[in-house]
Amino acid sequence: MRRVLIAGATSPLARYRAHEFARLGDTLFLAARDSDELERIASDVRIRFGATVHTGRFDAAAVEEHEAFLQDVIRTLGGLEGVVWVAGTMDGLAEAFRTPQAVKRLIDVNFTGAASLLTLAACYFEEQGEGFIAGISSVAGDRGRGQNYPYGAAKGGFSLFLQGLRNRLSKRGVQVTTIKPGFIDTHMTWGRDKLPFLASPQRVARESVQAILGGKDIAYVPAIWWLVMLVIRAIPESFFKRMNI
Amino acid sequence: MPDTLLQKEITGWGRYPRALCHLYRPERVREVAHTLRQEEPNGFLPRGLGRAYGDAALNSEGGVILMERLDRFLAFDETTGVVRCEAGVSLADIIATFLPRGWFLPVTPGTKFCTIGACVACDIHGKNHHHDGSIGNFVRALTLLLSSGEIVRCSREVNPDIFYATVGGMGLTGITLEVELQLRRVDTAWITVDYVRTRDLDETLRTFHERDEHYLYSVAWLDCVAQGKGFGRGVLMFGKHAQIDHLPAARRQNPFTIPRKREKTVPVDLPEFALNPLSLKAFNGVYYTTHPSREGVLVDYNTYFYPLDSILQWNRAYGKRGFVQWQCVLPYEKGIENLTRILETAQRRRAFPFLSVLKRMGESSGGILSFPMPGYTIALDFPVRNGLFEVLDELDKIVIEAGGRLYLAKDARMSAETFHATYPQLPRWQAVKAQVDPKGLLQSDMERRLRLMEAVK
Repeated sequence: MRRVLIAGATSPLARYRAHEFARLGDTLFLAARDSDELERIASDVRIRFGATVHTGRFDAAAVEEHEAFLQDVIRTLGGLEGVVWVAGTMDGLAEAFRTPQAVKRLIDVNFTGAASLLTLAACYFEEQGEGFIAGISSVAGDRGRGQNYPYGAAKGGFSLFLQGLRNRLSKRGVQVTTIKPGFIDTHMTWGRDKLPFLASPQRVARESVQAILGGKDIAYVPAIWWLVMLVIRAIPESFFKRMNI
Repeated sequence: MPDTLLQKEITGWGRYPRALCHLYRPERVREVAHTLRQEEPNGFLPRGLGRAYGDAALNSEGGVILMERLDRFLAFDETTGVVRCEAGVSLADIIATFLPRGWFLPVTPGTKFCTIGACVACDIHGKNHHHDGSIGNFVRALTLLLSSGEIVRCSREVNPDIFYATVGGMGLTGITLEVELQLRRVDTAWITVDYVRTRDLDETLRTFHERDEHYLYSVAWLDCVAQGKGFGRGVLMFGKHAQIDHLPAARRQNPFTIPRKREKTVPVDLPEFALNPLSLKAFNGVYYTTHPSREGVLVDYNTYFYPLDSILQWNRAYGKRGFVQWQCVLPYEKGIENLTRILETAQRRRAFPFLSVLKRMGESSGGILSFPMPGYTIALDFPVRNGLFEVLDELDKIVIEAGGRLYLAKDARMSAETFHATYPQLPRWQAVKAQVDPKGLLQSDMERRLRLMEAVK
């Protein structure tokens, strides 16, 4: 039995990730801003899997609250073995191409908030000498594209952050896994027809928990995205800048 | 929150008719109310997993709210078996979660791939209707989002008029957000089945009347192609939940574990000629011959209740134009004559159903627009062909004269006149609808086709 914190727990992706851990008998702390949704998801996990599930309010962008928050989580669970960062948003992407406030908001939630909480978690696990950290980044962070770079840049930064964290913590018995999902069938992609390799959130959750428990460093989910991004990253910049993808 | 909208052509399970709808798929409960505030010329309609056959869950040029992502269990009482969950929870999910703990659905239709919200909206019935009535009898309370944005709780005691207008109300009174359902205690995942093969319609109905009351479940498969002496012959399947000591010793350790079935799928639309009188005759003949009378056969719940669920997309077997399922209920008075007239008319007009199912119904749950009434119900599947609807109109006339009615969850084509003539309680429903949805925000293709909010003679 592990004690696992899931930060940003009200997206479908986070919910099914909670299912996967609960199925294995883990004790969970689900944290998010939307407390009504949080309670619904927590009851659901308790009823389906008989798991012990705690909840707490968590705002990714409010970094000044993160230290007290993490202490509260550890106190409630009586310890901590894993942190999964799922919080992320694409809301406001359209405005982020024009307005500083919107681009700041995207970076605050997708990068700064993640880096803040995981820095605290890293120190805790480093001292403990065991634990795991998993961050849900995105294939959008693998190459800057005209259509979503404000989001992609935050996710790309997050990927680099996790990479560095892995380098720092691997000598201390702490595992860091970077998950890079492709298109997931949620409200983020709803209404955009014919996206390639669109995967259900259940599948992405299942495969990413497998990657975490299997001790992977970097996992593309579904795995086909490894190949897709290999090709996309290989396109020369002089050519890529004129492409519309 | 982003507006989630997708314009798409969708259908019911019969794949007839088709409708271009604006699809919304909320992932948070709060988004449903937000969706209802969007501009939509034809209003909104909630939709489950699209298992209603006709146009019950279509809303052309209007909003269709897919409820499938709102599928959380909210409360469960292990001692009483009462579960409270969101409307988008599927029956398959309820079974997977609670059967291992000894609880099963109190009533189930012929598929488990439908949501509990939709089951309430259609007030679905199952093989135990003669014994227990429809699902409405097991719904303790509903939470309903009205078009005004107000959330109301209703039950037999609180807001009873809203409750009875919503059970069987085809999703038109409001968006059901939560359902509180009484589950059924069972000892195993198995059903003990007695099969009785009958020679003709007389024997089929007589057997029903003689044996029905001794079983929780009963249903008959009818050979609708057989004419002359074998007219109305069939196979009756009587079932009860098996108890532990009915199971072979090897299964008693894990009474809720059943063998896994390989799922098959119909990968393409079969061509129209695949279902013709000859192939139907062959199919019906083989089915009849291979199902002799047998007692005490142990069958797992999937095989007994959901034989077609293991063939994914079986609706494609009916070809590109789709199919309609025509299901009526006929009062017992002159029941046998009316059944005979219906089957004979279909045969005479060479409209041969692929599948026909007969069962006895008991009392209504009280849902104002609920389908069931005491009598015989028969369901016939027809691939859509030129001339079919004229035949069905003829069958409708027999139903009207008999004082019966057609099942809205299946219907795709009856006339507004037929509907109004066979659902005499409609004005009562209209009064509640006018009160909970005064602007008529909740609409559907079926509602417009049957002119549900009008007075039609």
